[in-house]
Amino acid sequence: MSCIVAILEHHEGELRKVSGEVCSEAVRFARFAGANVVAVAAGSGAQTAARAVGRFGVAEAIALEGGALLSYSGEHYAAVLAAAIRSRDPSLILGGATGFGRDILPRLGAHLGVSLAADCVGVRAEGGKIEVRRPIFAGKAILTTTFVARPALVSLRPNVFAIEAQPVATKVETVAVADSAARAATLLGRKEEESSDRVDLAEAEIVVSGGRGLKNPETFKRLLEPLAQALGAAVGASRAVVDAGWRPHAEQVGQTGRTVAPKLYIACGISGAIQHLAGMRTARTIVAINKDPEAPIFKIADYGIVGDCEEILPVLTEAVRKLLGR
Amino acid sequence: MNVTVCVKRVPSTATRLKIAPEAKGIDESGIEFVINPYDEFAVEEALKIIEKAGGELTILTLGPESASKEIRTCLALGATKAVHLVSDDSFRDGLSVARALAEALQSIPSDLILLGRQAVDHDNAQVGLMIATLLGLPAVIDVVKVEISGSEATVEREVEGGARETYRLSLPCLLTAQKGLNEPRLPNLKGIMAAKKKPVAARPIGSFPNSQKLDRIELPAERSGGRIVGKGQDAVSELLRLLREEAKVI
Repeated sequence: MSCIVAILEHHEGELRKVSGEVCSEAVRFARFAGANVVAVAAGSGAQTAARAVGRFGVAEAIALEGGALLSYSGEHYAAVLAAAIRSRDPSLILGGATGFGRDILPRLGAHLGVSLAADCVGVRAEGGKIEVRRPIFAGKAILTTTFVARPALVSLRPNVFAIEAQPVATKVETVAVADSAARAATLLGRKEEESSDRVDLAEAEIVVSGGRGLKNPETFKRLLEPLAQALGAAVGASRAVVDAGWRPHAEQVGQTGRTVAPKLYIACGISGAIQHLAGMRTARTIVAINKDPEAPIFKIADYGIVGDCEEILPVLTEAVRKLLGR
Repeated sequence: MNVTVCVKRVPSTATRLKIAPEAKGIDESGIEFVINPYDEFAVEEALKIIEKAGGELTILTLGPESASKEIRTCLALGATKAVHLVSDDSFRDGLSVARALAEALQSIPSDLILLGRQAVDHDNAQVGLMIATLLGLPAVIDVVKVEISGSEATVEREVEGGARETYRLSLPCLLTAQKGLNEPRLPNLKGIMAAKKKPVAARPIGSFPNSQKLDRIELPAERSGGRIVGKGQDAVSELLRLLREEAKVI
């Protein structure tokens, strides 16, 4: 029976949301293709992460721990994963298109001799081959490709694939990994942004984004951050305000920033340059608030309010707080 | 200290895309091509490094003959020489490109290899790490700070949520540049004149098979937006009602 591998992303055993999406899609695909799913977790906490996949319907998991994986290293993680996966001869390997996926999956592809279909929004079996759809040019176009080599290596865009809870018992195989003498970068430390409780852009269900229309960095902070907090949303920014130094690049949405697909995107004081629209057009619902009724953002927004953010955002924030009881 | 930067020619981010007939590519007529924006950060960082440490900066480009324009720009900025793997416009996936570049890199002695974090056309975001893996080099992606000291590099990687990770690597190694690393300079007249005499070794790209075949490129479905709820703060309550009852997103 053919095998599909789901690569798990976790922090000390706690699964990231995208891993639920990856497992659920693997199970859906396996049901259709008549395959079985094996989830693979690596690093400290891998056993805990591996045991957690039963809730998504994955009955088999491998936990890779110790040795070369004692601290994080993209080089070692990818090499160990490649060795563990190769013996299973999978037809499809799925992972998440997150920072972890970006660091691991290309290296895994080089080890296994396949290219990565990165940041996919669709995967299906077509005449025995695996066909994928992915946004290119930050979403200005959609590319469809078919794998002609095996395994197909695919990363899934966060927030696109539905999570399905269908609990089963999971059999976990734990593998003690040996040390590695391979050359690798050494992780010395990690420093969080000042407010580390912030929601991450890529996985956020709601994004509140601001542009030039917020006038300056102070009003951006004063008007936008409370609204984001009231909604439990991530903060995004247009390229113009990032280039002007108002906001960090990590918040930039668009072609030289992040591409996002939240269920709700609220664009405040953003006119809608083509490279910005590319990065957020797959949001389920788009709201635009802008004082210029001719702004391009209104053409793709599901709901628009014409007016000054300075006047509207405090009222909106207060109304959201009341509505959501925060 | 010899540095090599892989540079790609891409359509400017201001491009409004049109799809070519048969849906196998984009219509290139009237498009302005530029150096991939992330590669500009890589070139700038390389220039800063060789200005301080001495050594050569080689530009390695895989692209059509017309990419010689972007190569000349890099030479005008201060790169020493260039290698151009001349390709046709057929589709190449990430590993195919990485294998071609890795093979060329084996005959370009480099203490440091730099690329942009991804090319803004196909957004593959994989070629750098694949090259590093093929060549057995340590690598860090998405770097926003690079310090070279002796035979070691200390770098900061931007990760999700704006956090930063610090890594140490021994040279030779590979890094990919994220926005925020530096402010790329512009070429000056003296550089442009000097670039004309700098060597560019152009040769056809070898055969590196794809693991994916291109089926089609299409434009995304148009969004049917354009509904104005109202003007000013009076529209707020109606907006929230729509978001809750119609869109069901809050």
